[in-house]
This record gives sequence, C-alpha cells and structure tokens, in this order.
Amino acid sequence: MKKNSLKEIVTGFNSLVTGMRITLGQFFKPSVTVRYPHESLKMPKRFRGHIELVRDPETGKAKCFACKLCERACPSDCITVEGAKLDGAKKKSVTQYVLDFTKCSLCGSCVEACRDSAIRFSREYNLASTSKEEFIMDLFKRLEDEAKADPAPETAQPGGTAAQPAAPDAQLSAGSGQPTVPNSQPSTTPK
Amino acid sequence: MTQTLSSLVKLLATEPYRLLLFLAGMMAFVGLNAAYLVWVERKGAARFQRRPGPTEVGWAGLLQPVADAAKLMSKQLIVPAGVDTTLFRVAPLLMMSPVLMSLAVIPWGQSLAARNINVGLLMIFAFGSINVMAIMLGGWSSRNKYAIISAARVVSQNVAYEIPMLLVVITMIMVTGTMNLNVIVQQQAGAFWHWNLFRVWVNPLMPVTFLIFYTCMLAETNRAPFDMAEAESELVAGAYTEYSGMGFGVFFMAEYANILLGCALGTVLFLGGWQSPISVFSGVLWFLVKMYFLVFSVVWIRWTFPRTQFYGLLNLSWKIVIPVSLFTLIRSVAMMKLVHP
Repeated sequence: MKKNSLKEIVTGFNSLVTGMRITLGQFFKPSVTVRYPHESLKMPKRFRGHIELVRDPETGKAKCFACKLCERACPSDCITVEGAKLDGAKKKSVTQYVLDFTKCSLCGSCVEACRDSAIRFSREYNLASTSKEEFIMDLFKRLEDEAKADPAPETAQPGGTAAQPAAPDAQLSAGSGQPTVPNSQPSTTPK
Repeated sequence: MTQTLSSLVKLLATEPYRLLLFLAGMMAFVGLNAAYLVWVERKGAARFQRRPGPTEVGWAGLLQPVADAAKLMSKQLIVPAGVDTTLFRVAPLLMMSPVLMSLAVIPWGQSLAARNINVGLLMIFAFGSINVMAIMLGGWSSRNKYAIISAARVVSQNVAYEIPMLLVVITMIMVTGTMNLNVIVQQQAGAFWHWNLFRVWVNPLMPVTFLIFYTCMLAETNRAPFDMAEAESELVAGAYTEYSGMGFGVFFMAEYANILLGCALGTVLFLGGWQSPISVFSGVLWFLVKMYFLVFSVVWIRWTFPRTQFYGLLNLSWKIVIPVSLFTLIRSVAMMKLVHP
C-alpha cells in the first residue's frame, strides 16, 4: 500500500458522504415540476408569442385603423388587413385581420412598424394543432370574442405589453385544463 | 369458536402447514415488495431530482406497479431463434428461487422465522451465489453479444465482491460465535449501542466492517454505482437484453428481492434485527423500519453516485476492500485472542 493510499481512501469517503448529504438536501426541497397538461407556466411579460390586436381602453374596440403598415412590414406576407370607414367615424377601423401563422417567423417587424401600438405579442405558447387551418388565425374575430367575454375595456397598459386581456390569461394561468389550440374559436380561412 | 380458532392456529403451527404458510407469505411479501420497491425507486429518484415522480396512475402513482405488471404480463414471451430454450427459460426462476430460500432463515421477529437453523448465515451465502450463475446463464443462453459481455462482467464483479463479503461475514461469525441469525440478533439486545454496528469494544473496526458489508451488498445485488449487469446506457439491458414480458419481469423482481435480502441481512448482522433501540415494540415492526431504512439508502446511493468504470470497480475491490476486510478480520482475531480471551 502506498503511503498516501490511506489518505486517498479517507478523502474519497468524505467526498462520497458530501455527495450524499447534498442529494438528501435536495430530497427534502419542494419539487419544481410544472405538471404540464394540468397546469402550465405563466409566460413573462416580454414573451414574444404570435401577435394580437390591442383594444382601446376607452372604447373597448380595436385600436387598429387598418393603415396596413404591418402588412407591408411583414417580410413573409403573413398578415392580411382589411378596414372600412364606419358611419360618422373619422378614421377607418379594422374589419379583418388575418395572421397566417404557418409563415410567420415571429420577427416582430409588424409590431415595430405599428405607429399606434395597436398590435402586440401575445403570451400564448400552447400552439399545437393537428390541422394547418388552425394556424391561420383571424385576430379580429379573436379580439371580438375577447370583448364579448370581457366587455370592460382594459386599463392602463404602458407599451402595449404590460397587461393582458382576460381570455388568454385564463388559458395561461395554472389549472386551466387541456392545452389550447392556437385559436380556440373556429378560425376562418382568409379571403 | 375460540377453541376451534386456537386449534386451527395450533394446526397451522405444526410442521408442513407452517412451512406452507411461510412459503406463501414470503412469496407474497417478496412479490409486493419487488413491485412497490420499483415505485419507491421511481418516487425516490424523482424526489432526489426534485420531480414529483409517477402521479397519474392511482393516488401518487400507487397503482403504477400494477399497471407495469399488467403490461409485462400482456407481452409476448419471445424466445429468440437459436437460443438454448431450456436454460433461457430456467434462468429467471434460478434467480428468483434462491432469494425465496434465503429469506426462510431471516428472523423477522423473536419467533417469526420459517426455519431457525443453526447455519442460517451459511445457507444464505450458499444460495446467494446461485443468482450469479442465473445471470450468467441468462446472458449466455441469450446468444447475444451484449448479454454475454454483461454476464461476464457480472461474474467477475460478483467474484471480486464475494470475497470481501465473506471475509466480513467471517469476522461477524467470529465476533458473535454463531451462524444462527436469531442468536446473533438476541446478542444485540438493548439500546442501539449494543448493535453490532456500534460494538467497538469488541472490535474497533465494526463500522468499517459494516461499510464493507454494505458496499459488497450493493455490488452483489448489481446496484448503482456497481450496476454493470444492466448498464443500460452501454449494454442495452445487460444480461436481460433478450428477455421480454414476464421473463424480464421475474429478473427485475429478483433484483429487488435480492436488495431486500441484502438489507434484511444487514439489519440482522449489524443493526440489531428485531431488537428495539428504545425497548418498545421489540419485534417485526423495528425489523421492517431498519430494513426499509437500508433500502432507502440503497436508492439514495443510486441517485447520488454515477456508475463506476469497470476497472474502477475491480480496483476498489482488490486494492481497497479486500485488504481492509482482511485487516478487520485479523484485527478481530487478535482482539479475541489477546483482549477478550
């Protein structure tokens, strides 16, 4: 036996004991798992999901007035905006806003291009579906359904990313059941 | 009514019935334990990694072993072409039955043992070496390179660790002066410092002896960090690669039964068996508490240490564990001759 063999055994044994102490410490700490289908994580405020329309806190309608800047800014042509001038209104207002999410690369050029903060990133991430049509999202219809579910206009939201409308929040918060397909509403195909 | 009941109990206590009862009891105990040790293993692994573990099947995943068993039993028992069919089929049984035999001499309580024989310890080790052969046969008859490699590994590993294990056990036999497990337990009566583990006045190296026993037990039962037999990341499923359905299931159960046996033996030899450390509820309850603590520590070790390399394993045995266990043997002989003649 070499001279330092005994020392090696002792230090080796000590390191084993240290390792076991650490794992036992972990054993008694709470689990960090999110039981995904039953509960899901709430995305941080600056999460960049697919875009969504922003409601005007005063009127409860869409802020967007169909200037089509986003449509032009989009490098992959995945946004289709249509607008019409309603009776007695000064500006146009959006009547159709379709996002073809199959082509979208989440570059955010549309959000950057928007002068009025009328679109923003949603915090939706449960985006799995068995049909391609699910990803052609009618964002205007989504906004209207949202308004129906929560008619009270949203309160102050600096930068358009602070507060979230009620409907997607409910989908994101814990214990909301099954993962949702991108548009829980039956989506319409564009054009 | 009470008379018939007591006469029934008397009848069951007589020889053939008593043995049959124990056989059935042991099989149920081993089966349930094997199933639920898998659950303990998975839950334990999860807790050590801060996961919840199985949760979906039954409350806290408690029905998971039942689901696993149902799955295994519903699978086809495939016998690959060109294998030695008899050996291939016999190997799992050969692994399972020695454990059941060995458990017959374990004293679960003061008078609770199937057979309280004077050479109980010897019998356990005699049967204990059969399961190495079972893995060897299983691997060899599979006609599969992974299985054969891992079977060869198992044999060299078990030979390497059988030696220090037996040296340690000889030390224990010398200290206790008997091979009767019940007598060994009875000698450890009293508070916990009367356990063999802490009886340093008999042999100051008692804790070291226990550690060697424990290490060898891990190696003999092919548990991590010595799980060369089933090194799933290197050798597919080790010696069990070609087994499917309940063939694999029986091997799996036998592994857990072996752990159970090892822990039971550790409890008997070092932790005072059914003796209560605080002199209440002396009996099977304390035995189970101590045994399951050892089982838990086996899981704990598995999820703490990575698998050793093969030469590391053999180096540990031949260069450290065997010399140290020889030394403890000689030390206790000297102690017996010179200090307590």
